[in-house]
Amino acid sequence: MEAHSIEAIEIDLLLEAIFRRYGYDFRHYARASIERRIKVGMDRLDCHPLSELTRRILHEPSFFQELLNSFSITVTEMFRDPEVYACLRNQVVPYLATYPFIKVWHAGCATGEEVYSLAIVLAEEGILERTTIYATDFNETALMTAKDGIYPLDRVQTFSANYQESGGRTTLADYYHAEYDSMIITQSVKKNITFARHNLASDQVFGEMHLIICRNVLIYFDRTLQEKVLTLFDDSLIDNGFLCLGSKESLRFSALADRYLGFAPPHKVYRKRRDDQGGGNRSPHDSSASTGSYLC
Amino acid sequence: MLSGYDAIVIGASAGGFSALGELLPQLPAGLPQAVVVVQHLHPRGGEYLVEYLNSHCAMPVKEAEDKEPILPGVIYVAPAQYHLLIEQDRIFSLSVDDKVNYSRPSIDILFSSAAAAYGPCLIGIILTGANADGACGLALIKERGGLTIVQEPKTAETPLMPQAAINQTGGPNHILPLAEIAGLLR
Repeated sequence: MEAHSIEAIEIDLLLEAIFRRYGYDFRHYARASIERRIKVGMDRLDCHPLSELTRRILHEPSFFQELLNSFSITVTEMFRDPEVYACLRNQVVPYLATYPFIKVWHAGCATGEEVYSLAIVLAEEGILERTTIYATDFNETALMTAKDGIYPLDRVQTFSANYQESGGRTTLADYYHAEYDSMIITQSVKKNITFARHNLASDQVFGEMHLIICRNVLIYFDRTLQEKVLTLFDDSLIDNGFLCLGSKESLRFSALADRYLGFAPPHKVYRKRRDDQGGGNRSPHDSSASTGSYLC
Repeated sequence: MLSGYDAIVIGASAGGFSALGELLPQLPAGLPQAVVVVQHLHPRGGEYLVEYLNSHCAMPVKEAEDKEPILPGVIYVAPAQYHLLIEQDRIFSLSVDDKVNYSRPSIDILFSSAAAAYGPCLIGIILTGANADGACGLALIKERGGLTIVQEPKTAETPLMPQAAINQTGGPNHILPLAEIAGLLR
């Protein structure tokens, strides 16, 4: 047997060990990505070969936590893909504003930059006060950073440029204060956000949402897990609720595709049809009928 | 035409736009291999490259999509700002992990995942560029028995990347000017 075939077995064993020992299920992650992250983790933790990594993970929970952190380090920025936030502001918020209270789920919020971006949009459009944003991630370290809302000050320039491009109404400086080398998100932006640990691969529905945002998370999953997570979102969304995916993610290949309208196709914003709309008949008072296009 | 190969992966950086514009239009429609391209791009320049190539190539050109099956006879371009990886079952995955060699998409990431998926049935090509991205990936393709080709550095707009690939592989199978690379493939 060739070395790379043996390595494939060792990676299977490692993922199985992580699942049975700690309950984190990476077995349906996109394999090429997770293999790369394992290798990056091995170099960072200076632990070779794979069998030694598996042994230490089984016996040292703190070591596993370190590996876990390197598994889910994602890079993001405030108002990443500004045009998506412009779309949420101009096209989605007017619908959300018709509800007396609003629930938003930001799934896979990582270090929180995009959650605060959304909160700022909702604040400027006057609906943050009656909105609860649930921001979840499986990585506790990332969640802690998100909760703190403290970022290196040298990122402000990018964040501000994105904010302006997204159609921000004032200046980003209204939403943070600078202290030494850090920018600290203000309490007014943070107060309606609930941060919680939630693992998309294994945890369940926890509420009825008007809007679910999950960007650049599904690309890390295989088709099976993608479908499972999309079903979880579908079960969590109210009729006529909105789903916003990453720029390179789509419902196109999903069995759930015909349950959604492509509300803003270039920005991957979908709108769930009402249950009684079945194959596509929309009720006359649903004004998205005139603007929404079918999935493309 | 080369037989026994299922895919061709191509990495290019500075000067790559014109190099790809010269090489890819010479490939015939119905090429038995899939062609997968990483060109280091300006963050928002991806769509233009696809459009330009599509209007100049006999083969269809498209942006690679997440979990899309890879078909022969098609040229796939990595989207700007995403790493492009190939899975064992020969479908694409995208990732927004950290930059590698200051690059996203990174040629090394595409090449190493392609080497794992295609083994000896892979052709790897490094073209012009100003950094060392792709050198490790090309070495891996060679290690797995694939065919390795590097643009002759002195004919490259920027010689650093092809030179790094030559050094890292300890000698690729072919070192050729662009025109001859096309001749070898078609």
